[in-house]
Amino acid sequence: MIPNTKYKIPNTKKVALTGGAASAEALRQINPFVMPVYPITPQTPIIESFAKICADGKADTEIITVESEHSAISAAIGSQAAGVRTVTATSSQGLALMNEILYIASGMRLPIVMLISARALSAPLNIHGDHSDVMGARDTGWIQLFSETVQEVYDNTIIGTKLAEKSELPIMVVMDGFTTSHNVENLELLSDEIVKDFVGEYKNENALLNVDKPVSYGPVALANSYFEFKLDQEKAMDEVVDNCKKVMKEFKEISGRKYNLFEEYHMEDADTVIVVMGATAGTAKDAVDKLRKEGKKVGLLKIKLFRPFPYEAVAKALKNIKSVAVMDRAISSGSMPALYSEINNTLRYADLNDIKINSYVYGLGGRDIFIKDIEGIFNDMMGGKVDKKVRYIK
Amino acid sequence: MKFNKETFEIIFFARAGQGAKSIAESLAQAAVSEGKFVQAFSFYGPQRSGAPTKAYVKISSNPIRNHEPITDPDVVVVLDDTLVTSEDVGKNITEHESVIVNTRKNEEEIRKSIRDFKGNIKAIDANGIALDTVGIIQPNGVILGKLIGVTEIVKLESVINQFREIFEKKIGVELTQKNILAIERGYDAL
Repeated sequence: MIPNTKYKIPNTKKVALTGGAASAEALRQINPFVMPVYPITPQTPIIESFAKICADGKADTEIITVESEHSAISAAIGSQAAGVRTVTATSSQGLALMNEILYIASGMRLPIVMLISARALSAPLNIHGDHSDVMGARDTGWIQLFSETVQEVYDNTIIGTKLAEKSELPIMVVMDGFTTSHNVENLELLSDEIVKDFVGEYKNENALLNVDKPVSYGPVALANSYFEFKLDQEKAMDEVVDNCKKVMKEFKEISGRKYNLFEEYHMEDADTVIVVMGATAGTAKDAVDKLRKEGKKVGLLKIKLFRPFPYEAVAKALKNIKSVAVMDRAISSGSMPALYSEINNTLRYADLNDIKINSYVYGLGGRDIFIKDIEGIFNDMMGGKVDKKVRYIK
Repeated sequence: MKFNKETFEIIFFARAGQGAKSIAESLAQAAVSEGKFVQAFSFYGPQRSGAPTKAYVKISSNPIRNHEPITDPDVVVVLDDTLVTSEDVGKNITEHESVIVNTRKNEEEIRKSIRDFKGNIKAIDANGIALDTVGIIQPNGVILGKLIGVTEIVKLESVINQFREIFEKKIGVELTQKNILAIERGYDAL
């Protein structure tokens, strides 16, 4: 850990932190009003770092230590509806326990920021990283933003806060459990002033505690109006794609770091492409470099914004390729994996019916994945080993 | 050492509570202070005190993108010599690479207990030196010094500066100073 005394430097500062500590640093700069939270591995470095920051007087966030994740998200809804910026953090069973309340947060259009250190789901019990927990919450009406590196965890926490508030929808900022949450990596921190200025002050026009303008949250809406509420909510979700582009563009102005809905790596003339999310994208980039040196036209598309899924932009990025392999870090039991399904939808969306597509599931419960595994995927694709079955990289 | 490789990779074998994670992070921060790129992470199994544990450090002049665990280390550090036989500490260690072991045994004895071992053994009684300098059996500082002495992967000065920065607030000036002395003793030990 880096001592806090150095943070007064007004420009960027180069440090090395775990993903958990980096998101806590972003939270310190954002200084949310309330954080109701319950500990669960591997989200612990997030709240452990942030609780220390608060105890040291470096942030004045009210941390509420609740008795379960169900209570954490319920308290977050109460606090955000009352009119103040609210964050929480969880993993795995914690996110699963929150499930019924996740829909209430999004239905009430409350821009809660939730940091997620993604982990496998029990049974059997496993504390290690995969995307099963996040995928289980993918249709809850929350924005989902994935991070490859510790730098992206820090940046996405800041970007995500602004994006959620601009869109009036809650957001999950996702890092891979352990691989990113517990890994010390280099990153550049922005100055406190710049971050505070970027996210601005949170104003809820319809705050529950505004006695001059009384409002109701979560009333009954029966068959005559529920449908319209849901369509309004979906309209807001659709707008997130453009909002995300705008916020990322503004972020580039303060950081110099250029982000998009997804990252394209050697896509310019690629025939064979891997689509992946999270920490494994870094390993995949090394695999791309290795095969590029051998003259193979391979590329990588790293999805950052998974919900809402940016079909149009992804289709544009994939339109000139010959084949695509989609790597999922979760099983969708009884169905095809989630990211694979979205890429399949994308190909249909744009009538790109000649592009071959394969599905690979990897890394369940923290299973390691190596550059050579990813090379193997590229070789499958280039060798024409394409069919309708899901392949498991064990 | 494989200095021809772009990334220098270290595995620490220890028992939970011996402070392997602390020195892995101190080393990583020292490398960062020299403008290098790092990854430092641990293997998380059942975290009961005394259980075998592993910590990994990667150091490079360029950004490290891959998130593979380390399978072909450039140097291995063993904080408890009973792990020499129970863990695969010599795996992929070649004749120009070393395994640094905290032990009172001699190097030949350790060498014999690792099957098909081709590398070098650097033995150091880190427990004894720690008892002498810090007053407790906490071998991590001493062995960190030894690691720097063997590999010169970062400057001793950078490690000491980082150690002071990280630990002075946590454990106080006096104990930090004692630990720094332990690092220096480890570095100087033949």
